[in-house]
Amino acid sequence: MQLPPALHARLAGAPGEAEPLPVERDPAAGTTPFRFAARQVRFPREHEFFEDGDVQRHLYLQDVLTQVAGDPERPRVPEFTCQVAGCCQVFDALEDFEHHYHTLHRNVCSFCKRAFPSGHLLDTHILEWHDSLFQILAERQDMYQCLVEGCTEKFRTSRDRKEHLVTRHLYPADFRFDKPRKSKGPATPGPAVQVSAEALGGDQVPSEGDAMEVCFEHTELPPEPSGERRTYGHRCITRI
Amino acid sequence: MWSRRQRRLRPLSCGVEELRCRRREREAALRKARREQQLVSKRLLRDEDPEKAEGYVAVILGEAEIQQFLRLAQRGTEEKEREKALVSLRRGLQHPETQQAFIRLEGSIRTLVGLLTSNQALLQLEAARCLHELSHSEQSTVAEACLPATSYLLTYLSGHSSDFIELCLYTLGNLIVESEAVRRQLLPQGIVPALAACIQSPHLTVLEALGYALSQLLQAKEAPEKIIPSVLGSPLPQHMLQLLQPGPKLNLGVAVEFAWCLHYIICSQVNNALLITHGALSTLGLLLLDLAGAVQRTEDAGLELLACPVLRCLSNLLTEAAVEAVGEQMQLRDERVVAALFILLQFFLQKQPSLLPEGLWLLNNLTANSPSFCTSLLSLDLIEPLLQLLSVSNVVSVLVLTVVCNIAEKGPAYCQRLWPGPLLPSLLDTLAFSDTEVVGQSLELLQLLFLYQPGAVQAFLQQSGLQALQRHEEVAQLQDRVRALQQTAQHG
Repeated sequence: MQLPPALHARLAGAPGEAEPLPVERDPAAGTTPFRFAARQVRFPREHEFFEDGDVQRHLYLQDVLTQVAGDPERPRVPEFTCQVAGCCQVFDALEDFEHHYHTLHRNVCSFCKRAFPSGHLLDTHILEWHDSLFQILAERQDMYQCLVEGCTEKFRTSRDRKEHLVTRHLYPADFRFDKPRKSKGPATPGPAVQVSAEALGGDQVPSEGDAMEVCFEHTELPPEPSGERRTYGHRCITRI
Repeated sequence: MWSRRQRRLRPLSCGVEELRCRRREREAALRKARREQQLVSKRLLRDEDPEKAEGYVAVILGEAEIQQFLRLAQRGTEEKEREKALVSLRRGLQHPETQQAFIRLEGSIRTLVGLLTSNQALLQLEAARCLHELSHSEQSTVAEACLPATSYLLTYLSGHSSDFIELCLYTLGNLIVESEAVRRQLLPQGIVPALAACIQSPHLTVLEALGYALSQLLQAKEAPEKIIPSVLGSPLPQHMLQLLQPGPKLNLGVAVEFAWCLHYIICSQVNNALLITHGALSTLGLLLLDLAGAVQRTEDAGLELLACPVLRCLSNLLTEAAVEAVGEQMQLRDERVVAALFILLQFFLQKQPSLLPEGLWLLNNLTANSPSFCTSLLSLDLIEPLLQLLSVSNVVSVLVLTVVCNIAEKGPAYCQRLWPGPLLPSLLDTLAFSDTEVVGQSLELLQLLFLYQPGAVQAFLQQSGLQALQRHEEVAQLQDRVRALQQTAQHG
């Protein structure tokens, strides 16, 4: 297919539309037995017109198309230590360090040192655990915000919120990032309370807003084979 | 310019012929799947140790071994030991039989989810990789076993560790195509807002993965009713268009994914007017120009992967009534688009002829109602190159003739510019085709030429046009038009 040489220049040139030649139609055009009428065409999703392009797209997804050679990402570097105070993890690859840093040091509560997977969860935690004003307001209005981004519902207690997460958002009942605080009074900044929820048995008398965590943990856990009764939730780092 | 991330692929140990054969088989399978409306593909993100890569064969693990690895990962005293256990598990999970054994083992997913949400960063990463292997399985039972992890995968999308987020996104993308049941869980869990938050990431790897996951979501059967409305209501469309804007920051891998996302949205016809008000037409038009420029500069593999969805989006958007309603800036009137399109058609002819119909479809939609674009084709001398496509295939020929009809039907001023030149000889050639659609379209064009171009009839007669018509006199779909033309030719 031979393209006129001026075409490339036109592409590189200024934007603009052509001044149209005068249009003058004869009513006999396209009349029976002829049927041509200039019209735009639209194709819906599943139309077979798209078959070839769709197949190419999926070949690409399956990585058969462009055989780019595997690249040596993950260059090894001389060992180095995480510089955050108190942390002595050693790394020999930058990506490993990046993930470590973001998981353990990025969204850390300055009051209780717990780490969270996102800024959003950290903010919610600080509000609910370390803000005495929150506690006061929570007595009178719905303050417990739904954890799902984009959902604006608020609840009176963290138990109600959990209920909402389970029924409305299909979250697991033992969602690790929604453990209500075991309140023993107003929030106190300070070292982490390493509560082993399973160690404490039975119900607690419902107090301001929480204490249902124990029930949930117990009732929802299916019986584990003996090799698996590990309470990994109790590093307590990722609770709300 | 156009940056491109290298795909992480294992170097293959088979030969070129085997590759071609494998590709033909895959293509056939995909065509069949598409006809049955079951076209799904999963993406595997495997980060192979390049030293071990050659000829590595996944080991089949039994339930006992799996349990041992899991226990070691949970309870081992040495961190390195725990990591190694998970790595071994992950390698085993590359094999379907290990996957089956894994899901049969009670509590295995629970343990894996526990490791996924633990405070040990590298264990987390390995656990996520194990989940990813499972998500890639073609067995529904295996993929669906990953469901308990989805709320966590979504939570982690708001984090900051780009490798981890990328992995979560590809895993989610694989799960999304698995079944409507999976999507019925993911939607209330907030996947759309989670993706909307994540699209602001500066990392190209994250963006490409996000585009992939989103494209899978949008391709779902129930997407037009259940998914696309909420996507359109989120900030996603504006960000998608931004990521498609040409410029030094445009990344091919990322752009491909989001162009396909846009295509699925647009061809579902839910609310294309909204996209037009966000400037989709001008963004995509500029992208088309950029593509044509790139195609001239480099032999880059994969530009057609982006060209295809861009052409489709433009073609479908042009048919929207909303186009007339927006200001001129938002419309598509720049004649450089025509220049770009022809450069791409030439590229397709060499690299991917199956895309010619799609390019010509856009050309039809540009020219059908636009005297300006028709004039551009004439003034840029594009009729002759267009006619050169006539021998490629029947589908292409019909489209080429349709575009020429679009021009001819606008009257004598246009036909005059189509004449003389190669048009008549080309038409006489197409009259010799046996395909009735091609011949039919040629007859339509002839009627227009006879009507608007003085001298066309004589030239036709002189070049034995009547003989060319004769062979179609008995064809049902063509005879009325053939006779009408014979009459016009003979009696003027």
